[in-house]
Amino acid sequence: MQSARDRKIATKKFLSVIPRDAEYPFRLNFYDIPPLYHVTIEEFETCALERLRVLAEIESSFARNRPWEDMKKFVTEQCKKHYPLDSSTAKFVDIRTQRKRDHIGHYVLRLAFCRSEDLRRRFVKAETTLFKIRFDMDDSSERQDFLDSLHGPTNKANDKQSGNEMDDGNKRGQNKIEETGWEEITKDEFDEFEEELRAAYESTLSPRDPPLREPWRMKHYKVKWMRVPDLVEKRRVFLHKGKAYVPETELSSIIFQQFQDNLEKSLLLTLKHLPRLDEDTRIIPLLNNLSQGFLAGVPSEWCSATSSANGDEITADMIDGMAKQHFPMCMRHLHESLRKDKHLKHFGRLQYGLFLKVLGLSIEEALAFWRRSFSLIQDDKFNKEYKYNIRHTFGLEGKRANYPAKSCQQILTADQPGPQDSHGCPYRHFSIDNLQTGLLSMYSNQGLSSAHLPEIVSIVKAGHYHVACTRVFEITHAAQGVKKNDGVGEGESVTHPNQYAARSLELEKMMKKEEEDVSMG
Amino acid sequence: MTMNIDEEPLTPEVMLAFYRRLYPFKSIFSWLNQGHTPTKLFTQREFAFTLQGDVYLRYQSFNTADELKKQVCTMNPTRFEIGPQYTLRPRDKKLARPGTFQPVERELVFDIDMTDYDPIRTCCSDAAICSRCWAFIAVAVKVLDNSIRENFGYKHLLWVYSGRRGIHLWISDKEAMQLTDDQRRSLVGWMSVIQGSKDQHKKVNVRPASRPLPPTLSSMLGTLAEAFSQIILDDQDLFRSAEGWKELLHLLPKDFVDDLGDHWKGKDRSSEDKWKDVKKFVKTNGPQGSAKRRMYESALEDIILQYTYPRLDAEVSKHRNHLLKAPFCVHPKTGRVCVPVDPETIDDFDPGNVPTVGQLLRELHEAEDPEVGEHHSDWMKTSLKPYVDMLDKHATEIIVEVVRKKKEEGDKTW
Repeated sequence: MQSARDRKIATKKFLSVIPRDAEYPFRLNFYDIPPLYHVTIEEFETCALERLRVLAEIESSFARNRPWEDMKKFVTEQCKKHYPLDSSTAKFVDIRTQRKRDHIGHYVLRLAFCRSEDLRRRFVKAETTLFKIRFDMDDSSERQDFLDSLHGPTNKANDKQSGNEMDDGNKRGQNKIEETGWEEITKDEFDEFEEELRAAYESTLSPRDPPLREPWRMKHYKVKWMRVPDLVEKRRVFLHKGKAYVPETELSSIIFQQFQDNLEKSLLLTLKHLPRLDEDTRIIPLLNNLSQGFLAGVPSEWCSATSSANGDEITADMIDGMAKQHFPMCMRHLHESLRKDKHLKHFGRLQYGLFLKVLGLSIEEALAFWRRSFSLIQDDKFNKEYKYNIRHTFGLEGKRANYPAKSCQQILTADQPGPQDSHGCPYRHFSIDNLQTGLLSMYSNQGLSSAHLPEIVSIVKAGHYHVACTRVFEITHAAQGVKKNDGVGEGESVTHPNQYAARSLELEKMMKKEEEDVSMG
Repeated sequence: MTMNIDEEPLTPEVMLAFYRRLYPFKSIFSWLNQGHTPTKLFTQREFAFTLQGDVYLRYQSFNTADELKKQVCTMNPTRFEIGPQYTLRPRDKKLARPGTFQPVERELVFDIDMTDYDPIRTCCSDAAICSRCWAFIAVAVKVLDNSIRENFGYKHLLWVYSGRRGIHLWISDKEAMQLTDDQRRSLVGWMSVIQGSKDQHKKVNVRPASRPLPPTLSSMLGTLAEAFSQIILDDQDLFRSAEGWKELLHLLPKDFVDDLGDHWKGKDRSSEDKWKDVKKFVKTNGPQGSAKRRMYESALEDIILQYTYPRLDAEVSKHRNHLLKAPFCVHPKTGRVCVPVDPETIDDFDPGNVPTVGQLLRELHEAEDPEVGEHHSDWMKTSLKPYVDMLDKHATEIIVEVVRKKKEEGDKTW
């Protein structure tokens, strides 16, 4: 990493900034300062592996659409088992060692995950989530101390920061603090905007919350709006001339964003310095292993496969029939819109096209399928405007990436359908009326009747869209022996449209085989 | 009045004459470059040409305005688009190490297109636009302009008519230029109120039931309510048809449906009368101050938003590398020039009065002085002048601000 001399100097500098006993004053850590002490190779590896296990749990929680509370529970359990980190009030445990391991683990994984954009993105997401979970679970006085330490009038954070800044210079570091800082608004400002602040706060409350107490007063902090993009996106704050007025209840949002931004920047910086590590034969293989472990840690079976699991060739003509029997509602809706309008908008083509690709449609068949489906479009226009796009989805144009089909989570959250679109998840994006009519018209010949609707509707209303989809799968595959709560095999719920279709095809195959066996026997 | 018929076909010769004699390359340069001597903002900026026959040429870049003009005149594109400043010259893209060619800065842009209004306009559909449907755009401009200035504090806004059925907004403030894609997405999220697919009736979900509207929206409600009564009720008379009022009923709480549905069925009542019926229903069935009344009133507010709030093409704004047609290009179907528009006088703007390229060349021909022959900045002699002046004034304001900022920073370091 650094030469021994450099390291000594850096260590000295670091120690002069912070007294040794105050090395880890809090359970939470912003990871501003790298571990500037000797770390054995064993510590290096074990800390990273333990942390990785926790991060993998977080990733898989996301993949399973676990609600926040469940995720918190699972991750905390996982942490307790492998990677404990107790609060300052805990007795009979070696807090310092725990925090040191936390610190080392984080920095080792930075080295392992700075190397590609995908890894960086996932690492940042998982780390930020871990930080949020710990922040949430922290006891309030300790949390307050931690917050004060970040923002406190003593400028402690500032010192730390500049002590740590690498070759890019201290000046930028200080500027950053200036920009990222938040300040409490004055009484005058509060009075000026009281009405707006109040309305902004009220519009974020749930209908069950009690009315505000009079006279209403609440601490607000003023920050650049870019510091709280999530609050801005959901319109949860009052914005005036580029400043967001954040109520104290949402203060954590600023902290999380800052954590995330810092980490993103640091990872890029780490990437820049990584080549210096190349000669270290002990560390590089270790890091390679770690990053691969992260990749394998989450179920990715539906992301990479390009042909159907059973290797059967699927042709353009088969799709009409398959759609009626095996496709989840989102894909059936796209299919029917395509048949009706003879066209699909961009995101519709993308969602459906990738699904068909992973189902096992080859590029030739895909081109034939789309060409025939867009029957109102002239050959000329098709070749110019759509062909490239279709080839692109197969990784034959542009950056030649092998795009995976969209998972339920992506369909539910990314690229919300606009007024003219037909993509998305019907359970989420349809109105209840349309959903009911759609369900009946699509699935009534597979055993779904209006008696099932109230149950599905109530699941949808509770926001568990994938559960609703799973339930429809169970109902429509009852003839193949699927019972309630069986899901798409072993109680699993639908997390990917291709998983739905593949399981449906598999069931059909099994039935056929059984019939053959019976007739032969 | 529809404006799909153009008097003259746009031949390559017409386009070439337009680029050579009329297109204000200098002004476009100053605006993009934010200064008089070429900076990276211009030299590392992507231009993309659409050539005759719909060949698309990306990653062009130029060192000066003259270079751009020369290339445009050689290629003679039907139109060209502007992208972001990249980490290096786009034309050197192939030389870049993988992963190092990235967008850096780019104006924050918005696109409002009339097609997104098809479900709520009765006068035209698809590509057609008339002065009646322009009213939708006018409201959108007012609302968006106000929100960008008030909420985000940006000052350098350039509105540009897209040549047919929409309008573009380019924001050149330093902070806006530097926004990352994620930040752009958040900002668009703040701006987007109309969401949901065509299978979803209620497209406005901005608050938990019966809570007040977020302050930005409630402050705009006055403007929008006025537009609602003028455009939707009066001019478009949207709820007169059965299709129209049935859609309206979908948006109202259940209690309304039986009562009003029976009342309206088979009768020819104007939208205005129907809206009065709705309001009357609120008054008689929801006592003042009751929870029911609050719920009804929020539903009415949401309806006004759904029918008048700007419908943005969100994808355009989210990514720095999205290309957007350059101002002053000619729309290939209408022949109209994409001219800047003053948001202050947006109500008086009539897309039918925007000069077409044929008209401009005629004006030029009439003003021709045979002695002098052809020279640059010929737009001064045509009705394009006020529009170019508008862009020049806008560019100057940006440059003044840039110089002022630089001086301030200089003061700090000294």
